[in-house]
Amino acid sequence: MIKLADVAKSYGDVHALGPVDLDLPRGGITALVGPNGAGKSTMLTIIGRLLGADAGTVHVAGMDVTTAKSRQLAKTLAILRQENHFVARLTVRQLVSLGRFPHSQGRLTTECVAAVDRALEFLDLTALQARYLDELSGGQRQRAYVAMVLAQDTEYALLDEPLNNLDMQHAVAMMAQLRRAADELDKTVVLVIHDINFAAAYADRIVAMTNGRIRYVGSPREVMTPDVLSDVFDTPVEVIDHPTHPLAVYYRLS
Amino acid sequence: MTSHTATDPRAAAASHAEGWWQRPAALFVFGGITLALVVGSLFIGVYDLGAEGGREMFFITRVPRTLALVLAGSAMAVCGVVLQQLTQNRFVSPTTAGTSEWAALGLLLSVILFPTASLNVRMVLASLTAFAGTMVFMAILQRIQLRTTLIVPIVGIMLGAVVSAITTMIAVSTDYLQLLGTWFMGSFSPVVRGRYEILWVVALVCLAIFLLAHRLTVAGLGPDVATNVGLNYRRVMLLGTAMVAVATGVTTVVVGFLPFLGLIVPNMVSLLRGDDLRSNLPWVCLGGVAIVTSCDIIGRLIRMPFEIPVSMILGVIGAAVFIALVLRLRRTA
Amino acid sequence: MTTTNSQPMVQSPAASDLSRGPAIPGPVPAHPPATVGRYWLRLTIVLLVAVLAAVLIVTYDNPAEPGSRGFWTIVNNRLTSVATITIVGICHGVATVAFHSVTNNRILTPSILGFDALYRAVQTALVFFLGAGAVAATNTVGHVVAQSLLMIAFATALYGWLFSGKRASLHVLLLVGVVLGMGFGSLATFMQRLLTPSEFDILTARLFATMSQSDSTYLPIGFAAVVGVGFVLWRRRHVLDVVSMGREVATGLGVRYQREVMLVLVMVAVLISVSTSLTGPMTFFGFLVAMLTYQLVGTSSHQWTLPMVAALSVATLLSAYFVLRHVFYAQGLISVIIELVGGLAFLVYLLRKGLR
Repeated sequence: MIKLADVAKSYGDVHALGPVDLDLPRGGITALVGPNGAGKSTMLTIIGRLLGADAGTVHVAGMDVTTAKSRQLAKTLAILRQENHFVARLTVRQLVSLGRFPHSQGRLTTECVAAVDRALEFLDLTALQARYLDELSGGQRQRAYVAMVLAQDTEYALLDEPLNNLDMQHAVAMMAQLRRAADELDKTVVLVIHDINFAAAYADRIVAMTNGRIRYVGSPREVMTPDVLSDVFDTPVEVIDHPTHPLAVYYRLS
Repeated sequence: MTSHTATDPRAAAASHAEGWWQRPAALFVFGGITLALVVGSLFIGVYDLGAEGGREMFFITRVPRTLALVLAGSAMAVCGVVLQQLTQNRFVSPTTAGTSEWAALGLLLSVILFPTASLNVRMVLASLTAFAGTMVFMAILQRIQLRTTLIVPIVGIMLGAVVSAITTMIAVSTDYLQLLGTWFMGSFSPVVRGRYEILWVVALVCLAIFLLAHRLTVAGLGPDVATNVGLNYRRVMLLGTAMVAVATGVTTVVVGFLPFLGLIVPNMVSLLRGDDLRSNLPWVCLGGVAIVTSCDIIGRLIRMPFEIPVSMILGVIGAAVFIALVLRLRRTA
Repeated sequence: MTTTNSQPMVQSPAASDLSRGPAIPGPVPAHPPATVGRYWLRLTIVLLVAVLAAVLIVTYDNPAEPGSRGFWTIVNNRLTSVATITIVGICHGVATVAFHSVTNNRILTPSILGFDALYRAVQTALVFFLGAGAVAATNTVGHVVAQSLLMIAFATALYGWLFSGKRASLHVLLLVGVVLGMGFGSLATFMQRLLTPSEFDILTARLFATMSQSDSTYLPIGFAAVVGVGFVLWRRRHVLDVVSMGREVATGLGVRYQREVMLVLVMVAVLISVSTSLTGPMTFFGFLVAMLTYQLVGTSSHQWTLPMVAALSVATLLSAYFVLRHVFYAQGLISVIIELVGGLAFLVYLLRKGLR
């Protein structure tokens, strides 16, 4: 499980997060939602030990992320950030193979090759695997990054806006695949997501944040109410009951 | 008008207005300090002025040297201001735009093509290449997609390095390499009567810049804004570049490179006083004179009776100050 | 963008059969560039060019009677030149590629950032503060090692500090580095002015070696350094791949990013010190060969780029040396012309691609 205690972070004078406490059980999909600047990405990045907290402790699967061996952690926890700027020129397959680094230190075993194949197939990238990343569209590249995280084959996967740049078809497919990863491969997925309806449709848990604080934690049915959503997003929101999940409507209210 | 990044310079200055540095008295105090340095420079040297012929020597070497310090120092500092206004980038100067290197190329070419030409002809050629080179730099800037504050000086420095490689290549193949080193050393020691008078040209340039200050500021805001307020953008641009080229060309021919001067003086002045070009110009002139004179005095004293060329001291101090400025920007940005 | 992005998301069983992909020939399981065969062909050609140039340099137009003592002296001298150029080429090429990876850009080179100016400044400072005696005795291995350590410590402290900033912007680094280089250059010249003429002579002998007249006593140390560094970097080629993805991805994959970057910077400092001490500074050469390498290899996986860049730099430098020295009799121009071409390539690249 993921356990945050009294975690806080500021950038200079700007208060970004906390202090927050949060316990996320093993398994399932947790969606972090909230307006811009609510601290979602900051919290995710701190859990993934890419950013140090000013105060508090974070434990993932019993390991303190600030003191645990980074390589050990990389076998338990994978994180994908929103912006991935690098100038290295790699093919899709090379990128996804890098996900195996924590396991093989670069010398791929047959097990690694199999994992890479699986990840490519999982994200429908098999036909594109020999392409260079700079020849891909934004959405294809986004899928390649997610495939890399899957190839890392960790219990916990943290994804910062994985639906970025994806069109409708691929956004749905991505969420369906993450759902499958959680159900079939028993992964714990935590993601930052902007589209509240995607969260409602696929997540097991929704964590709603504003101003660096956690405001609501609960199942989609619990969080998806007009009062809660209007409060969190500071915009009037109606909720329609759809057969499979509640649906938030905020585009144009009568 | 779409641009409201163009802050009114007076407004920017007003925020500093209460500081000591805004008062007219401050300018007098600073002017006094500079004057003291200049006068001091007159009386520093190996030659004993009290000896026989001291008076003559004083007028043959000391006075020309000090005048050259004043003229070259203020000219290079003001050149920096002009380039910074035209490119709207506070890290551009003759050192970081390649202007000096182009002037050096011109000087070398004049020596090879017209071996018997006078100093004046050399100066004209150096100014012409400096002008052409600075226009090349401006043209390159137009073509760069990403014109961040920091990328512009990098491009300029690299352009300068390439030009300098060409100069070296020509010098090597014509056996002028040794001369090259001594010419561009940036030293005031060879300045004597008969070799500096041409520097008065840069005094005229400084004067012209004073008169044109406002137009340069407006032109710096870009062709759209400039045309909108009824200014002939291209003409002001050309005029500004030409003035920088002349001042750099002349200074390079007479004393050599004065690195970083046009960079650090304007930046320090605007740190202290805000960004009003017109009222900053006297400060920039004085600052340039004060720094060059101090460096020259240090160079003369540190290893008497030998001299260290002023460009080396400026290079070390200038690089340090420049890096401090950039890192300051990193912290605040 | 011609990519077809419309395959149905159905997981067809055929997909896994395609997973090795027709574009990837051969059984190579790890990171292959799209066309492995072409890679080996290109590497072979580059190596052949290098060997050919070396042979030509050694044998071409020897004025002495074949077999005479003079003949062998000349051959010997030329062999020293070839060895020097080989070491210098590898130094610049490998240092630049490694540097590009850890700094996550393709424009900075260690030389542009003033590593060689730093070397000159450190050498001058040694003579300045310790006197000529310290340098006169440098031909002992111990002294060279001590000096190199000093240089490495300094470079690591300085550039480590520059690159470790949390939000270090690439542009700030570039500008600060370039200006630092200029400043170190001035500082070195400044201190040289303060030296006594005899100290200055000793220093210039150390600092201004050339390709045709380098000190062969220094070669074994340079050779050892290149082999050592090359071995370390080759062993860590996969780590380099990960580090080149930037701090966040690398950390996410369990690499101790800061430590790895520092390690590579130290290696780069060693390579640049070796090369500067052998033939003096070359600012744009590394950039030139690194650019060519990326063009030839396609991928930036170090398994493929490192051997290619080493071969390519040696081939380029040897050919340039041969053509300029033996065909155009312009040996003084060698480094200048290489600089010119490299500098122009740099500007063209900057203008076409901008900085990302």
